[in-house]
Amino acid sequence: MNTQTMTVDEPRVVGGMQKTRPIEEIKSVVIRFVGDSGDGMQLTGNEFSKSVARAGHDFATHPDYPSEIRAPTGTLFGVSGYQIQFSSGQVFTSGDAPDVLVAMNPAALKTNLPDLRHGGMIIANAGAFNKANLQKAGYQSNPLDDGTLIDFRLYTIDISDLTNQALKDTGIAKKEIGRCKNYYALGLMLYLYSRPIEDEEQNIRAKFAKKPDIAEANVIALRAGYAYAESTEMFVSTYQVRAADIKPGRYRSITGNHAAALGFAAASELAKVPLFLGSYPITPATDILQELSALKHFNITTFQAEDEIAGICSAIGAAYGGVLGLTTTSGPGMALKTEALGLAVMLELPLVITNVQRGGPSTGLPTKVEQSDLLQAVYGRNGECPIPVIASRSPADCFDCAIEAFRIAVKYMTPVILLSDGGIGNAAEPWRIPNPADLPPLEVKFRTDADGFQPYARDEHLARAWVRPGTPGMEHRVGGLEKHFLTGNISHDPINHERMVNVRAAKVAGIAKDIPPLTVEGPQSGDLLIVGWGSTYGSIVQAREQAEAAGKSVAHVHLRHLNPLPAELGDILARYKTVLVPELNLGQLSKLLRERYLRDVTLMSKVQGKMFKVSEIYDRILELC
Amino acid sequence: MNQMTEIKPLTRKDFESDQDVRWCPGCGDYALLAQVQKLLPALGIPRENFAFISGIGCSSRFPYYMETYGMHSIHGRAPAIASGLKLARPELSVWVVSGDGDSLAIGGNHFIHAMRRNIGLKIILLNNRIYGLTKGQYSPTSEFGKKTKTTPLGSIDRPFSPVSVALGAGATFVARTVDSDHPHLLDTLKRAAEHPGTAFVEVLQNCIVFNDGAYNALADRETRDDARLLLQHGQPMRFGKDSNRGIRMRGFEPEVVTVGEGGVTEADLAIHDESAANGGLAFFLSQFAAPLPVPLGVFRAVEAPVYEQLSTGLAEDARAQRGQGTLEKLFNSGDTWTID
Repeated sequence: MNTQTMTVDEPRVVGGMQKTRPIEEIKSVVIRFVGDSGDGMQLTGNEFSKSVARAGHDFATHPDYPSEIRAPTGTLFGVSGYQIQFSSGQVFTSGDAPDVLVAMNPAALKTNLPDLRHGGMIIANAGAFNKANLQKAGYQSNPLDDGTLIDFRLYTIDISDLTNQALKDTGIAKKEIGRCKNYYALGLMLYLYSRPIEDEEQNIRAKFAKKPDIAEANVIALRAGYAYAESTEMFVSTYQVRAADIKPGRYRSITGNHAAALGFAAASELAKVPLFLGSYPITPATDILQELSALKHFNITTFQAEDEIAGICSAIGAAYGGVLGLTTTSGPGMALKTEALGLAVMLELPLVITNVQRGGPSTGLPTKVEQSDLLQAVYGRNGECPIPVIASRSPADCFDCAIEAFRIAVKYMTPVILLSDGGIGNAAEPWRIPNPADLPPLEVKFRTDADGFQPYARDEHLARAWVRPGTPGMEHRVGGLEKHFLTGNISHDPINHERMVNVRAAKVAGIAKDIPPLTVEGPQSGDLLIVGWGSTYGSIVQAREQAEAAGKSVAHVHLRHLNPLPAELGDILARYKTVLVPELNLGQLSKLLRERYLRDVTLMSKVQGKMFKVSEIYDRILELC
Repeated sequence: MNQMTEIKPLTRKDFESDQDVRWCPGCGDYALLAQVQKLLPALGIPRENFAFISGIGCSSRFPYYMETYGMHSIHGRAPAIASGLKLARPELSVWVVSGDGDSLAIGGNHFIHAMRRNIGLKIILLNNRIYGLTKGQYSPTSEFGKKTKTTPLGSIDRPFSPVSVALGAGATFVARTVDSDHPHLLDTLKRAAEHPGTAFVEVLQNCIVFNDGAYNALADRETRDDARLLLQHGQPMRFGKDSNRGIRMRGFEPEVVTVGEGGVTEADLAIHDESAANGGLAFFLSQFAAPLPVPLGVFRAVEAPVYEQLSTGLAEDARAQRGQGTLEKLFNSGDTWTID
C-alpha cells in the first residue's frame, strides 16, 4: 500500500451488524479493475470513482480499453481496464502502478500483472480461471494455485459463482446474471475501502429505472459482494483513505471531453452568441459531440456531418453566419480538416478546432494517448498559415481552455486549435463547479455600421470586423484567394500578398501580449527546469514535488499557449542550466523551443500509447540534478 | 427574412458588384449570372439576406460578381459550408454555385448529403462536361471515350448524370436547363427559388475554350426542338419542331413515336408528373440518352420536411420540455458533492 499506513482498531457498524476489524488508514491507493471488454469494467470503475468522490477524495482515473467494441471473450487483446487513484492529498495522475488489481479473468491478470506494485493485492475472479480461459490467456497452469503469484497478496474469490448463487432465485436469465458480476466486484471493493453501499444502490436503481428486475439483480449482486467482503475471514483488515484537504465548494466528477463540452456551452452563454458544432464521430473526441448534442435547450446547434471535411466546413459556414463555429476531431480527422483550416485563416473568421489527440500516424492507436499532433497544429498547412494553438493539461482544465480558445478566436478573428488528448479526454477528476457569474466575460462585437466599412480593415489587434450576413449595406465577399489588404477583393499583386502574409503572422504573434503570465513552480532559477504541455501535467507535477521533497532543486513550467509561445518563456528558459521536456512524441515541443529560442533542451520522449509514470520523470530528474 | 427591414424595390443593378467579370467571352456562366441578377429582385427578399457560396472552378467565381453576401470557398465544399450557414441562419436565402467537377468529383459526398437532408439550399451546377479552370481534363460528366489532356486515348470512366445522382440521393427538387435558353433558365431558377428544401438545378453549359459545342444541338434554334424534351407537369411528353413527336413507355423502355403515325395518338404518350410520390418516373427521364431527346425542366418537385426547420424544431421542443438552458443548472447536473 502507498506511503505510511497505520492501524486503528475501532468497531465499525455496517448494515446493522457490528464487527470489529482493523481499519488501516492509508494516504492514497491505486486500484485497477480489469476484465473482458464486455465485463462492465468501465462502469465498475466509474461507479467506484463516484463513491470516492462523494467521500471528498481527490482522484484521477484512467480508462484503458481496446479499440475493438467487443473482442472475443477471454482473449488478451480484449482486456478492458479502469484505473483510479484516490487520496487524502492532491492527486494529479491515476497512479504509476496499481496497489490493487481486480482481475475478472486470466487474460486480464496476465496483461496487467506486470504493472502491479510488488506486494500488491490481487482480487481474482477464480470462477473465470477455467481451462478454456487459461488457454486463451496462454497460461500453462493456473496462476492462482501454481505459486507464480507468491510475491503478491492474492485473494481468489469465485465471483462468477457467488453472483450466480446470489441471483439464482431472481428468475432473470442466466446471461443477465452473468452480467451482474461487475456489481458483485464493486460491492467487494466498496466494503474493503470503507465506502457506504446505500448510495450505490440508489445509483443502480436510477441507472436501470426502465428495467426494475435488472436493477434489483444488480443491487442483490452488489450487496452480496459487500456482505462477502464483510463476513469472510479472508480480509484481515479493511482500508480507509482520509478525505482530502480540498478547497471548499461544490464538486462533480468530470472527464476532459465532458469539461470541454461544458466549456463550449459556457463560451456561447458568456458571449451571448449561439454555438454551432459541426463534427464527425471519431475516437476519442466523439464524447464532445455527444454531450453538446444533448444541450439543444441552450443556443446550441449540433450537426453530425457526412465527413470530417464537412464538419469543419459547416462550422466555417456557421461562423460566417455570425455564430460561434466549432468542430471537434482526433488525429486522422484533423488531417482531413487541414485544407479548410487554411480557408478559415484566409477568411479571418473565428473558429475553434478541437483535436483530442490519439496515437498516430494514420489510424494509429485510436484508444491510446499520444501528443504527436503538435507540429501539425502549429505548422501543418499549405502556405504561411499561422493559427493559435492552445492545449489543456487536465480533464477539468479542458473547461477553461474551451473558453480561452473562443476568447482568442473572436477577439482576433482567427481559427484556434485546441489540443486535448485521449489521456485527459476520457479520464476523470473532481471539478470545482464554478459560479457562472465568476467566469471571464467574452465580448463579441458585430459590426453593423456600414459607414466607411472595408471588409479587411483591422482594429488594434489586427483583427478585421465580424459582420453578420443580413446586415444591410455591408454586403461583401470572402474567399480563399488572396485578399486585398482593405477591400478583401481578390488580389494577385505580389506586394499585397506579402503584406497580407505578414499581417496575418503579426496578428497571431501579437496574441503573445494577451497571454496570462506563466507560473514557474519551484525555484525561479537554477539547475533544472521541466517544460511540459498538455496531459503530461499531472505526472510532471508529482515527479517535481517528489524531487523537491527529496531535496532536489527543480522547477516546472507548463505551457497552455503553444502558438504563439508566451513572451517571457525565453527569459525563463535562460535562467536554468538544463531544460527537460517530457513529451509523448519524438520531441515536437522540443523542436519548437530549439527553433524559437536557439537553445538546446533535453528531450524525454515516450511513444507507447501510455502516459508518463511519475517514477519515470522522477528518475530522469535524479539523473539530471 | 428580416421583418424589420422595409423592402425597397430592387433592380438587377442592385445585384451587380463592382468587380470585373472575368469569364472567357462567350462562356455560359454569363447567362446564369444575368438570369440570377434578374430573378433575385423579384423574390421580395432584402438584398442583404442573400448569400452565395461556391467551391472552386470557373463557375465558382460567381459570388464575386453578386452584390450580396458570399463566399468563394474550397474545392467541392460549398454545400457543407452553405449547410452550416443555413443551419446557423435559417432566415437567409443561401445559394450554391458549382460545376461538374466541383460537385460530382471532389465534392460528391457533400453534394449527395445536401440532397439527402433536404436542407434549404439552392444548388446550381453548371455542367460543361470538362474541367475548365485546370485547362481541359475530363470531368465526371464527360462522355465515355472522351479525349482530353489526361485521356489522350479516350476516357474509360462512365459519366454521371447529375440529375440521376441528385434523384438517387433523394433530392426533393431537381431540374435541368440550358444556358442558351434564357427564358427557360430564368423560369427554372424561379421554381428552384420557391422550393423550400434543397433545390437542385443542372445548367447545361458551353465551355467555349475546352469543350465548345458540347450542347450545340440544344442551343441551335434549328435543331433544339428535336433535341430536347420540355417537361411540363401533367402534360404528355411531346417534342419536335412540329410538336408531333412524343415519348411512349414500352414497359420500362421509352421509345420515340410520332403522333398521327402508325395509329399513335396523344393518349399513348407518357404524362409527366413532377410531384409523383415515387421518384421512378423522374429517374427514368434522367437516364435518357441518344437517340432520345434531352429532358429539360423540372424532373421532380415534392414536399418533404426541411432540415433547418427540423433542427430549429428540435431546439424548440427541447426548450419546451426543459426550459431555456442555464449554466448554473448545467454545471450542477449529475452527481455533485460539497466539500466544506
